[in-house]
Amino acid sequence: MSEEEDIILSELPDDELVPQMQDDLYDGLDEEVVEGVNILLERGWMPYDVLTKALVGGMTVVGNDFRDGILFVPEVLMAAKAMKAGMAILKPLLADTGAPRMGKMVIGTVKGDIHDIGQNLVTMMMEGAGFEVMNIGINNSAEEYIAALEEFDADILGMSALLTTTMPYMKTVIEELAAQGKRDKYIVMVGGAPLNEEFGTAIGADSYCRDAAVAVEVAKDLISQR
Amino acid sequence: MADVRIDDKILTEKGLNTGAAEAKTLLLACGALAREILAVIEANGWTHLALHCLPAILHNSPQGIPDAVEAAVLEHRPNYDEIFVVYADCGTGGQLQQRCEDLGVKMMAGPHCYAFFDGVETFEAREEFTAFYLTDFLVRQFDAFVWKPLGLDRYPDLLETYFGNYTKLVHLAQTDDPALTEKASVCAARLGLEFEHRATGYGELTPELARIRP
Repeated sequence: MSEEEDIILSELPDDELVPQMQDDLYDGLDEEVVEGVNILLERGWMPYDVLTKALVGGMTVVGNDFRDGILFVPEVLMAAKAMKAGMAILKPLLADTGAPRMGKMVIGTVKGDIHDIGQNLVTMMMEGAGFEVMNIGINNSAEEYIAALEEFDADILGMSALLTTTMPYMKTVIEELAAQGKRDKYIVMVGGAPLNEEFGTAIGADSYCRDAAVAVEVAKDLISQR
Repeated sequence: MADVRIDDKILTEKGLNTGAAEAKTLLLACGALAREILAVIEANGWTHLALHCLPAILHNSPQGIPDAVEAAVLEHRPNYDEIFVVYADCGTGGQLQQRCEDLGVKMMAGPHCYAFFDGVETFEAREEFTAFYLTDFLVRQFDAFVWKPLGLDRYPDLLETYFGNYTKLVHLAQTDDPALTEKASVCAARLGLEFEHRATGYGELTPELARIRP
């Protein structure tokens, strides 16, 4: 996005530094994003403001351009790596500095599925929006999901699958929740490349989310309805 | 049909259209299967089958497959008694199966061509969910279908992001070609995965096509 050279981030005023950080995030420049985060913190910015205005703001542009076919998966992942580097600095500071807490989510890929790129993006964007997320990784059984939900005292269950062969397991998890009388305790959101709205409805999920940005908006909406 | 020139780049981007004038059934297939289907047809001397392949690169955007298949079915249906779709589910989440049912055409069983080359039941029983598969076509076209679309030529740092959860690359080999096996092993090394060569031949492709009567 940015073509300037030899920009000294520390010499930029805030109103130029933040857009520059968004450009750097868009371009996947993790070292520059980390530098920008540290500069804003040194200038007295609240961690939550750095997160939302510089990082989430930049990632929103990335998400929009991905949706519109301007950016592709590799570029989105490089931007996500840059955002993750910045968030690594901010995350330990957020809880102690009054950042809003939106709710708690457990997320993981279903049994037999190792494809975690999507859920890692969702995790990052949810955290960026003020949710606490317990990412339980790949290949999760119904028992593992339910144990994590209880351990984390979660509000939301997120399940992800990339394979046509593994996505039906989401229904198994939802049925197990229902069998244990726990279905109504949790908002269930599902996502993954082969899924669609119809599938989400058919298996009894509360929402199918097309991408990470949609997941954040849906989560906010469903939490507010509780 | 044997003298049809087959170019992987054309199969990837444009597809293929070939068949005897007397053909009654059209095989509507993924371009990645063109060589294998033509080899099976030639080996069995079948003149009742014509072949139309869609661009193989749809493999990388499976959400586009059902619409592409439907358009091809509607275009070619007037010229044939029957159309058989030589795609498996291919990551469409069951949508290709549904579309084929709506169109009244049959298709291959299984989640991917990997499964019908290996044998659908055998493939599912293996439960190799940490395996990354390449067919002969995908070995030849590794850069066009894997390396470049994933951006690994530009962002090698993403290798772990994409393949960190995989343990091995399995070459499902349709032909006995030592040079291709060597290329597949190099692909595995580039992805940082163990390599396994598995000779499948054409698997369930031959018996499935043999069911189509002249």
